[in-house]
Amino acid sequence: MSHPPSRLGELLQRGEFVVTAELSAIDSPDPAVTIARASRLRAHADAINCTDNTGAHVHLSPLAAAHLLAEAGIEPIMQLTTRDRNRLGLQADLLGAAALGVRNVIMMSGDDVSAGDHPEARSIYDIDSIQLVQIARTMRDRGIYLSGRKLDAPPSFFIGAVENPFAPPIAFRPARLQKKVEAGAEFIQTQLVFNLRGLADFMARVRDLGLLERVAIIPSVAVPRSARGARFMREKVPGVFVPESIVRRIEGVPTERQAQEGIRIAVELVSGLREIPGVRGVHVIAIRWDEGVLAVVEEAGLLPRPAAGPGPGVRVAALPEGA
Amino acid sequence: MGTLLEQAVIALEKPLKEAIWDCRMCGQCILHSTGLTCPMRCPKNLRNGPCGGVRANGNCEVFPDRPCVWVKAYEGSRRLPLWRDHMQHLNPPVDWRLKGTSSWINLVSGRDHRRPAGWDGDRM
Repeated sequence: MSHPPSRLGELLQRGEFVVTAELSAIDSPDPAVTIARASRLRAHADAINCTDNTGAHVHLSPLAAAHLLAEAGIEPIMQLTTRDRNRLGLQADLLGAAALGVRNVIMMSGDDVSAGDHPEARSIYDIDSIQLVQIARTMRDRGIYLSGRKLDAPPSFFIGAVENPFAPPIAFRPARLQKKVEAGAEFIQTQLVFNLRGLADFMARVRDLGLLERVAIIPSVAVPRSARGARFMREKVPGVFVPESIVRRIEGVPTERQAQEGIRIAVELVSGLREIPGVRGVHVIAIRWDEGVLAVVEEAGLLPRPAAGPGPGVRVAALPEGA
Repeated sequence: MGTLLEQAVIALEKPLKEAIWDCRMCGQCILHSTGLTCPMRCPKNLRNGPCGGVRANGNCEVFPDRPCVWVKAYEGSRRLPLWRDHMQHLNPPVDWRLKGTSSWINLVSGRDHRRPAGWDGDRM
């Protein structure tokens, strides 16, 4: 059986500065819709996140979306939250993802159901995201489930986790990242970054813990489309810390030019991030505004994206630990 | 549930730990590695540290009026003379069968140290 490797992992191993983006939430059963949305981003991003009921709102399952992308030759990153499934469901979906050609998985707790469209729902939270990272690694490296029962063959994963460098207790965040790396995380996508200095401090502490050689850190940058959107993010989205100065800057230009100003801010952030030692790529997010993502990637000078490595079926050398 | 002895221990343990730590009787106590803050009060049942939704003021994403359990845990762990490094322990998945049982008895019997065979965390 051939295991095409993770293209994302391969690019990081080669030392490329990677770009990842996010598939906007899909509410259509038509696979053509998923493919069309992802296709808009494919020339600008090395891999595309398929979110898991983002914001605790129901959408197309990340397993289905990631499968459709993989089939279309677009590299997916399947998000998996511990909010909606217990340890049986999570392991079944991990194995399912591997069977469907999905190589990149990223594990997180997820926004609480109180933030979503089914606030009356029961959250699962049977295990936590760090435990899930460890379980995914055990399935891959030991070929067993959490129970200890053997799989017929181990799945191939490039394992990701998330971190919020700006949420209290800030002093503990690098140590928490270390726990995720110990559990098996090979890449990290961070919460949205607006504060470059804060991120530089975080990265310096991560470096001091000796983690930069073991994990690829990919900060996230948002492309605000309007002052109203930036204000909403600042006031309503848990875990996202937007400085008042950013909101004011967008408010300072006429409405019809605010999107352009948002792109400019995001481009400045990307340029700033690239100067921070240890930053291995950027994850660019715009809410239902793919054109904003494309403009930022282009104006930040991140095009063209590197060509794919060996085609499917060719096995590259095993990734070094935590590549 | 259980024997008379178990019932007697629970009758002592439950009110005591509820009063001091707002304990949720998960039956597999890790208070010493969480700055003496019960992690089962976290609405996401996190056993390994805070989620990314903690508010700027240190309050919970889910209950904006309450402090984040893990912010308190971290601060508490810095004040402890012992076990400070235990915040770095990779705590195993909860064994939900133990909920409502006595963690004291489970500690003595070793029941709370049984792990699924595929759990590697404690070995690292």
